[in-house]
Amino acid sequence: MATVHIKIEGVPYEVEAGLTILEAAKICGYEIPSLCAFNHGECSRGSCRVCLVEATGARGLVASCVYPVAEGMEITISSPKAVEARRTSVELLLSNHNVNCQQCDKNGYCELLHVAKVTGAREGMYQGAKTPVTVDKLTPSIKRDTSKCILCGRCIERCKNAHGLSVLGFEKRGFNTIVAPAENRSFANSPCILCGQCVSVCPTGALMEVSEIDKVDAAMKAGKYVVVQTAPAVRAALGEEFGMPIGTAVTGKMAAALRRLGFKKVFDTNFGADLTIMEEANELIARMTEGGVLPMITSCSPGWVNYAEYYYGDLLPHLSSCKSPHEMFGAILKSYYCEKNGINPDDMFVVSVMPCTAKKYEKERPQLVTNGRKDVDAVLTTRELGKLIKRAGINFNKLPDEDFDYDVVGDYTGAGVIFGATGGVMEAALRTAAYKLSGEELKNVELHEVRGLEGIKEAEYNIAGNKIKVAVAHGMKNAKVLLDQIKEGTSEYQFIEIMGCPGGCVSGGGQPYVKPCFLPNEDVDILDTYRQKRADALYREDEGRPLRASHLNPQIVELYKDYLGEPNSHKAHELLHTSYAAKEKFKD
Amino acid sequence: MAHLSDAAVVKINEICDRYVDETTPLMMILSDIQKEYGYIPLEVQELVSKKTGISVAEIYGVVTFYSFFSLKPKGKYVVGCCLGTACYVKGAQQVIDKFSELLGIKPGETSEDGLFTLDALRCIGACGIAPAVTINGTVYPKLTVDSVPKIVAQYRNAEGGAQ
Repeated sequence: MATVHIKIEGVPYEVEAGLTILEAAKICGYEIPSLCAFNHGECSRGSCRVCLVEATGARGLVASCVYPVAEGMEITISSPKAVEARRTSVELLLSNHNVNCQQCDKNGYCELLHVAKVTGAREGMYQGAKTPVTVDKLTPSIKRDTSKCILCGRCIERCKNAHGLSVLGFEKRGFNTIVAPAENRSFANSPCILCGQCVSVCPTGALMEVSEIDKVDAAMKAGKYVVVQTAPAVRAALGEEFGMPIGTAVTGKMAAALRRLGFKKVFDTNFGADLTIMEEANELIARMTEGGVLPMITSCSPGWVNYAEYYYGDLLPHLSSCKSPHEMFGAILKSYYCEKNGINPDDMFVVSVMPCTAKKYEKERPQLVTNGRKDVDAVLTTRELGKLIKRAGINFNKLPDEDFDYDVVGDYTGAGVIFGATGGVMEAALRTAAYKLSGEELKNVELHEVRGLEGIKEAEYNIAGNKIKVAVAHGMKNAKVLLDQIKEGTSEYQFIEIMGCPGGCVSGGGQPYVKPCFLPNEDVDILDTYRQKRADALYREDEGRPLRASHLNPQIVELYKDYLGEPNSHKAHELLHTSYAAKEKFKD
Repeated sequence: MAHLSDAAVVKINEICDRYVDETTPLMMILSDIQKEYGYIPLEVQELVSKKTGISVAEIYGVVTFYSFFSLKPKGKYVVGCCLGTACYVKGAQQVIDKFSELLGIKPGETSEDGLFTLDALRCIGACGIAPAVTINGTVYPKLTVDSVPKIVAQYRNAEGGAQ
């Protein structure tokens, strides 16, 4: 590693050559106030001018996020000139910003407010015209408010890096510049997959999930039988909302908190995940033995389903017809569970807590209505659950660990837990498919080949004489490679898992923000490591579960015996399966 | 969304193919399309996106950044009123206002019959004959508000005296 010698505030350091001043300073223990800069250039590179410092050899002040260190460079962060310049930059940004912070959902996580505090920016220093405002609230998932946008471009880059898409772009010029889908359209009329990755990197309230807290409040107030289920990935990140280190599993405290929030029953979506595996493994075996469409592709991730419907309409027969786990669970709650407990399904209100913004859209799909009722009534993100807990004055960190409810439904296996990480659905499905094909349990249920953050993972298994070649992709950029192989007829796989977000659900668009400026105790490379840390929390829970394959879940066995019959039975199809339809990219 | 004719699809694909070896072909492609058709609507941007792999939002961003590119068809006669400093002090604002009044369109708009587009320009380098107006390349020097109706009538008459 080539290094250079620099001085920061007169103190000598030796750092890796090629780093930017901002990166080098961070490693040396300095947090230069910065705003638009994000991880690995996920920004418009030096546009906001907040991170200005003095550096010898440079003319004037330099934007430390783009200026590289050089041998002998002396960097000054604290000079009056630099301090004043940074403050002015922030004041200028604020002059074209809708400063209604109290009403802003991003309050508490806003990086603009953070640098305003750090730099001592004064209010109302520059008065004048403001850029015309667009507010898009048409989708159930994401809202865009240009009055909050600072034009950092992180959203554009994240969309490109994760999905190869960049649904958003810079539009117009000068003072009229905005970040928007083409024609300043709504996300609803653009080929946006609603994954929320843009929301997770947006420094301000310009991009936010559409909150459904009011909907849940109204259902509670109306005296509905409000039950809640939580996706596996939520437990791996909710603790971050309460200052816990990234990668802390808070399963027990989360269940306790939900009970204190007044939900009648607190379920784990993992039950739904186990059910999904029963249906999906059987669907796979049926497709393999009866000459169905292969490779079969998982359908749990609504971001991925949206992508398929927009960009690969001709490959939709490859998608498993299985509903996603929380939708399956919703359908079972409003049928089997209500029947068993004498509840009128019209009185039941199912809330799903998900790491995902696309799930908010998914629950509105007309294909996910059973017997005239929506399978799921409201979807909250992990962040929204954090808000609910804080609003109720619950001291989360001091809560006891409690169990989920397990009456009739709700029990789960380790296979359900790992759904939240890329490769998890594949691993869970193979644990059950292996048993179905061979009649024997896998000796080692841990399939490490499909774990980890590699963009595309592949593996080959020989189960009772059946050769199964599988692949796992996360982020649409990676998925595209596998999809194009199918299109060209060169795909060698029988089964593919695709997750919308890079890293899978643990790093979904509804998860707690990972903003280094608010995480002083995390490592400097936290933006590179948080996905794995959260996934590890899930794999640890899987390891600790007494049962680790979905078909061993006693309540699932009972559900089939008592109600559904066989996997893929007529009844199962009615309740647990769905369909897809190609979508036009730019609707009029 | 309107659909492109087969001929247009062939032509636009051909334009994209001209620049396959370029590392950043977008400006050249858009420039050729603008010259060929006079505007670059979203359907065309989608086609260019498909051919080049550049996202529609990015293409739209480029089209809206440069005033040379247009999203809507221009009129048969493009009236360009210079509002540069010299023309402005010589009364160009009143001149463009008169055009606006007579044509029934604001600067940047095209009349419903597709005949006229009114553009406000920033210095066309003809300060010596300020205020200057160009119509499809023909320059009209030292215009006064009173001379505008005659010019408009002249173009209208050429179209068969409508209105």
